[in-house]
Amino acid sequence: MVNQIKLSKKDRISVWWRSTFLQGSWNYERMQNGGWAFTLIPALKRLYKTKEERSEALTRHLEFFNTHPYVASPIIGVTLALEEEKANGAPIDDVTIQGVKVGMMGPLAGVGDPVFWYTVKPIVGALAASLAISGSIIGPILYFVVWNAIRMGFMWYTQELGYRAGSKITEDLSGGILQDITKGASILGMFILAALIERWVNVDFSPVKVSSIKQSAGAYIDWSKLPSGAAGIKEALIQQSSGLSLTEYKVTTLQDNLNQLIPGLAALLITFLCMWLLKKNVSPIVIILGLFVFGVVMHVLGVM
Amino acid sequence: MNLSMIQIILVVLVAFLAGMEGILDEFHFHQPVIACTLVGLVTGQLLPCVILGGSLQMIALGWSNIGAAVAPDAALASIASAIILVLGGQGRAGVSSAIAIAIPLAVAGLLLTIITRTLATGIVHLMDGAAKEGSFRKIEFWQIVAICLQGLRIAIPAALILALGAGPVKSLLSSMPSWLTDGLSIGGGMVVAVGYAMVINMMASREVWPFFILGFVFAAISEITLIGLGAIGISIALIYLTLSKKGGNSNGDGGSSNTGDPVGDLIDKY
Repeated sequence: MVNQIKLSKKDRISVWWRSTFLQGSWNYERMQNGGWAFTLIPALKRLYKTKEERSEALTRHLEFFNTHPYVASPIIGVTLALEEEKANGAPIDDVTIQGVKVGMMGPLAGVGDPVFWYTVKPIVGALAASLAISGSIIGPILYFVVWNAIRMGFMWYTQELGYRAGSKITEDLSGGILQDITKGASILGMFILAALIERWVNVDFSPVKVSSIKQSAGAYIDWSKLPSGAAGIKEALIQQSSGLSLTEYKVTTLQDNLNQLIPGLAALLITFLCMWLLKKNVSPIVIILGLFVFGVVMHVLGVM
Repeated sequence: MNLSMIQIILVVLVAFLAGMEGILDEFHFHQPVIACTLVGLVTGQLLPCVILGGSLQMIALGWSNIGAAVAPDAALASIASAIILVLGGQGRAGVSSAIAIAIPLAVAGLLLTIITRTLATGIVHLMDGAAKEGSFRKIEFWQIVAICLQGLRIAIPAALILALGAGPVKSLLSSMPSWLTDGLSIGGGMVVAVGYAMVINMMASREVWPFFILGFVFAAISEITLIGLGAIGISIALIYLTLSKKGGNSNGDGGSSNTGDPVGDLIDKY
């Protein structure tokens, strides 16, 4: 072992860049396998020189693989370390490498999905969307910059971590840090989701009038007694700000009644209904279309 | 509104990018808030497209590709509805009917994604052949072909809508009666719940439901902004993690297994 082959930092950066295209050939047979092989090519090029070695390496890395696309990075790091040792003569067989890949992809997907898809994406997305709805270009820019900074940083850092830790990383996975991150993410996720439901799911029963009570004189603005012109407008505004009602009848809608319980209750119930339907394996698309039909029907009936 | 040749090419390019990202899920060019904005940018109708993007983003928050499952396709939904919005020439007034169009498009995109992923199975077999020869270049070539297929998945429908032109699109939009468009926007207000429900079903456990209640009640105080709510949420999560370590391990690590889900159980009973 005089001439140890080492992967240079340039090789690792090249692998990191290629891991962006991990899911490019996603297929129903072996899922991310093509992208995985594509990602490792710069390293395999460096490590193996003969046609036979290269052929074996490529075949080895076209096996089934599927995980969350970002947490694939630590697995890539570990695989780089293993391949490096193998190329330098260490007795590492194909089964070991495949075992490490499969062993890591499950638990890591369990971290990646809640952290990225359920926490970071809804929060960054909701923030950007609420800016964009009000017509601000900052919204999309914020989303793009924040999302990619987090993603690229995470992928590079964890790939390097995996590369340095080599096969030891699988032991780290059972450690506490990862569990804390997952649990913290789901706590924050649940908190934010509930807030988003309250703020952004719109269910409005305003057209339904529960009661209409004639108010006593003096509780509302008597428009006929106001002076004409600007003076009248001024007087009306003064009276309104002192608490007088605009109309003779006090109308209470179903929505007002619901808001007295807690604002957003109907939105919450709709969400629970959706959760129940999803658990009954109703396709989300069917639910979405159903809600549209429901909205149109209720509007025509004058309920919403 | 009619687009120039350069604008049409740019829109198709944006559609191609969005299609690629629909599968890669990395740069997020396919997310409505980005995709619609880009279409708006190249067609000179930035403001209505940004608003459309924001509205669709709210609906699509919970749409994610998890495991082998394919989410409703945000890429086709945002690109096609943005193009229709631009061609319709109604500006901001056209946003709510564009949102309603986006949902069936998301379903159509889902079907296209499934077809493309099936085609990719054939490509992977070609890669197997390339691996036998030990040819790096051929593997790279087929990977790029697969990615381009995903790009075309959105670029071709986008080009079709552009080819149909503003005329048919506009007459379609203006022929929609107001009870339908109003009803659809009411439906659109509720549809957001589906995405949230998907995410909650994945994340919920006995341990984290109280945080859901806290979030809901805090959000009812309309003075707190979304950033404020985020800060409260992070603080609560940190406090909980710290305290649960100090409180001894009487319950072991029962929290790590996501089995207890009282609301889910309750829902299941009906």
